[in-house]
Amino acid sequence: MTELKNELIRHSAADLAAKLAAREVSAVEVTQAHLDRIADVDGQINAFLHVNTEEALAVAAEVDAARAAGGAAAEELHALAGVPIAVKDLIVTIGQPTTAGSKILEGWHSPYDATVIKKLRAAKMPILGKTNLDEFAMGSSTEHSAYGPTRNPWDLDRIPGGSGGGSAAAVAAFEAPLALGTDTGGSIRQPGAVTGTVGVKPTYGAVSRYGAIAMASSLDQIGPVSRTVLDSALLQEVIGGHDPFDSTSLTDPFDNLAAAARVGNVAGMKIGIIKELHGEGYQAGVENRFNESLQLLKDAGAEIVEVSCPNLKYALGAYYLIMPSEASSNLAKFDGVRYGLRALPQDGPMTIERVMGATRAAGFGDEVKRRIILGTYALSAGYYDAYYGSAQKVRTLIQRDFDAAFSNADVLISPTAPTTAFKLGEKANDPLAMYLNDVATIPANMAGIPGLSLPGGLADEDGLPVGVQLLAPARQDARLYRVGAVLESILEEKWGGPLLAQAPELKTPALGAASNSAGGSN
Amino acid sequence: MSVDATLSFEEAMEKYDPVLGFEVHVELNTKTKMFSSAPNVFGDEPNTNVNEVDLGMPGVLPVVNKTAVESSIKIGLALNCKIAEYCRFARKNYFYPDTPKNFQTSQYDEPIAYDGYLDIELEDGTVFRVEIERAHMEEDAGKLTHMGGSAGRIQGADYSLVDYNRSGVPLVEIVTKPIQGAGSRAPELAKAYVAAVREIVKNLGVSDAKMERGNVRCDANVSLRPHGQERFGIRSETKNVNSLRAVEHAVRYEIQRHAAVLDSGQPVIQETRHWHEDTRSTTSGRAKSDADDYRYFPEPDLVPVVASREWVEELRATLPEPPAERRKRLKEAWGYSDLEFRDVVNAGVMDSIEETIAAGASADVARKWWMGEIVGRAKVADVDPSALGVTPQVIVELNKLVEDGKINNKMATQVLDGVLAGEGTPAEIVEKRGLAVVSDDGPLLEAIDAALAAQPDVAEKIRSGKLQAIGAIVGGVMKATRGQADAGRVKELILEKLGVQA
Amino acid sequence: MAAINRDDVAHLARLAHIEMSAEELDRMAVELAVIVDSVKSVSEAAGEDVPATSHPIPLTNVFREDVVGHTFTAEQALSGAPDAYENRFKVPAILDED
Repeated sequence: MTELKNELIRHSAADLAAKLAAREVSAVEVTQAHLDRIADVDGQINAFLHVNTEEALAVAAEVDAARAAGGAAAEELHALAGVPIAVKDLIVTIGQPTTAGSKILEGWHSPYDATVIKKLRAAKMPILGKTNLDEFAMGSSTEHSAYGPTRNPWDLDRIPGGSGGGSAAAVAAFEAPLALGTDTGGSIRQPGAVTGTVGVKPTYGAVSRYGAIAMASSLDQIGPVSRTVLDSALLQEVIGGHDPFDSTSLTDPFDNLAAAARVGNVAGMKIGIIKELHGEGYQAGVENRFNESLQLLKDAGAEIVEVSCPNLKYALGAYYLIMPSEASSNLAKFDGVRYGLRALPQDGPMTIERVMGATRAAGFGDEVKRRIILGTYALSAGYYDAYYGSAQKVRTLIQRDFDAAFSNADVLISPTAPTTAFKLGEKANDPLAMYLNDVATIPANMAGIPGLSLPGGLADEDGLPVGVQLLAPARQDARLYRVGAVLESILEEKWGGPLLAQAPELKTPALGAASNSAGGSN
Repeated sequence: MSVDATLSFEEAMEKYDPVLGFEVHVELNTKTKMFSSAPNVFGDEPNTNVNEVDLGMPGVLPVVNKTAVESSIKIGLALNCKIAEYCRFARKNYFYPDTPKNFQTSQYDEPIAYDGYLDIELEDGTVFRVEIERAHMEEDAGKLTHMGGSAGRIQGADYSLVDYNRSGVPLVEIVTKPIQGAGSRAPELAKAYVAAVREIVKNLGVSDAKMERGNVRCDANVSLRPHGQERFGIRSETKNVNSLRAVEHAVRYEIQRHAAVLDSGQPVIQETRHWHEDTRSTTSGRAKSDADDYRYFPEPDLVPVVASREWVEELRATLPEPPAERRKRLKEAWGYSDLEFRDVVNAGVMDSIEETIAAGASADVARKWWMGEIVGRAKVADVDPSALGVTPQVIVELNKLVEDGKINNKMATQVLDGVLAGEGTPAEIVEKRGLAVVSDDGPLLEAIDAALAAQPDVAEKIRSGKLQAIGAIVGGVMKATRGQADAGRVKELILEKLGVQA
Repeated sequence: MAAINRDDVAHLARLAHIEMSAEELDRMAVELAVIVDSVKSVSEAAGEDVPATSHPIPLTNVFREDVVGHTFTAEQALSGAPDAYENRFKVPAILDED
């Protein structure tokens, strides 16, 4: 029996995959249900910058045809074939525009696909569209998008986090079961925390960066966004693996992730609380939910230990030197010569230098300009050693701290973000306050280690989602999925269902909604 | 454009001591680019030997070409450099429309090769050691064409067109340490150094080494200091001096220009200069400015290159004999004088002579043919001597015909012309053209009588002892016999006839 | 460490090829001064003996074999060009030499 589409969109990717394999639903139905949902609610959310209706339905139809044909064609289908996905608009795609949330790339179509997009295409996962982000992924609220902010499905007056607010909000609003994000300092995990979704930054090099428009090359990593831990594990297995087009891509196999999410116990595992990443500066409701998760893990048989990473106090400062330095160089290519916007100087001689200056002035927003100038400063003659050089030394210190911590613990744990979602505009004029959102997520990028954020409940004072972050040693992404899935299942047992079931219903057009009730029977 | 004052070279040398430095860029002849798999091919349709990496599209990443690294190590070894056990790439940040990422991926403080030297032999055999500071890997830029305004010059152009086919072509930049003590031989040394580098990379097979195509490009630094002063003067950097002759001229010109500036009491400006072949002079380019803050930092998209000693030794084992050593060996083996050997080298026929000797000719015979006959013909045809179509076998055969007395030298050159005209082998041409030495004196004596009768005054001169006049009579005889007579024998017979002792 | 002032910002904007109005320079100078002040502790964090980390996961010798791969047609290469002429990218005159 075909389910009502309002129920279809609430399934996890794993469940959808099972239903598709059992031919209980068709890929076209699943894809169409999500496209309808986007049409119904994205006017309020603004998660999508582009909706890829035709191609998504065509890919879904291919999957249905292969299943209908049976035999080898059906057997060769990937387990997630037909499960639709949204893609952060920082990742280049043939056939759809890629803007990076910037005016400087408005209308640009990439003539090549990112490696992760090739993998999605090979798995025949319909791409629903491209999601909103802070311009060039620079921000923690999606307010720095040139195409308007994305809104948090929990409270439309609040930010969905950033930079990947579009991907997180799309998944939280049931516009997509899965999404791709990129995480340079927390851009997957922090939006996950404030929207009540799951987000993972894999080990640096576990997923190819080829085709992700670079912000800070040594920090950027593509990763999964989903509503369950298992779904993220399944998605990382699709997009991960060695890529000869990315020199920093690892050759290690990462094929045990979904299996780890299904292990189901943490007995005997040592979980380390990072002393420096909670307490002072963290909202009380965040701290409470965090402590609750610790207790639940302890009850499940894990040993909780405290570890100290004293050099994390330098992490934010070092990050705000390394990231803008690399970004200032990575963003130099946007100059109005080969692609994208070209703006002409208002007056004076029409030389290429002045056209470049005018193009970058008109094409980049304030936050991008700030970071480019800051990075140019940090790399400039006379300052390199004090700034960029020192920041790279801090990176070494942070890595040493983590090495020591992981000699005492299998995984580390902290709140993902110091606060719940703040109001749109609240920190727009205070860059420094905005940067502080990433204080707990940045260390993983600095060290290259994997991090996962999962919903830890709602803060007492504002009823908004709180994220719990798990960190594991480099290449041990599987541990995150194992511990994360266990914590998720204990929490959901406590809540009586997924946290997102507690999210307020979004208004949908009366005629388009067959049912307004959450959940349902199947 | 104002014309700069210059001092005569001699006067400049009297007052000042030149210090030189060179940055030579060598384009490698790998199949693909330094960081992308697009083909490294010269001269195709614009913007077709590119992919997203060469165009600096959003999201692209570089991957290092292994062959380019190996070629760089080979160049380092051939320049007697140390090879870094560990080195990284770095980004050199500057905006220019031929640079698609607006940074060049290069190496900064960790070059793959460093601390080498090259012994340069000057024309008179003096050997001058040039110390190599470093050789590092980087990528070439695209090609700009300036349109409108004055014929292809950047000044006054209305717009420029960019072709990125060359973007990302692997380059090795070879940088010398300051070269001191060359004195008045500085221009000659400059030319010889660049020639030596070009020869080395060509001999290694790592570059096509064609200067006219920009495979080898030279930036020449020149500064002057008063004799006896330790401290270097302020230098100028003359960019893209792209022929050997131009390198020599540019260094000479800059020495003369600097000397005039210093003589006038002005400081030399640290700047780039542009070389103009038409006027054989340089003009001011861009002064050093704060825009030259390249903000180098380690390329985060590439990982370090670790050259294990095993790998380096493997590469060393593949190196061909260095050109200078080979020349020394061949010169000794062939027994040529310094002058003879230098002429052979300068004429570009050393390889051909080596092959000719291998085919069975003596060293002198091989030199006689290549230098005496073939080089001149090649010059007329405007091709390399080796490209004229004369094989070593042809020369061996021609020489045998002469040695056997079947033809004389004059005939042999006619046979050579026949070979070049595609008439067949030397033996076939002798047959076809009916060339053979006339050895019967009868017809010769007749011709001599006729020639003496025709020029009685000349005959009288010879009789009176002015032997140099004999040429006119010999010439007449040769003309009458259509060159088939043996000129030596004709001479003997004339003297005999006139009763004159030679 | 030196504080950042308006002249610095103007110089940096030139280096970064971003045209800035007088008002923007004023505002940026204030904002950046705050940020620079907040990151200055970084320079005192690590001693001389601490090595720098440029890559989070250490790898070496990642190479590509010298084998020709895909290329674009000129049409693909120029598909996003703001201006083009005869299969080449067209740009306004270049003021600065070399």
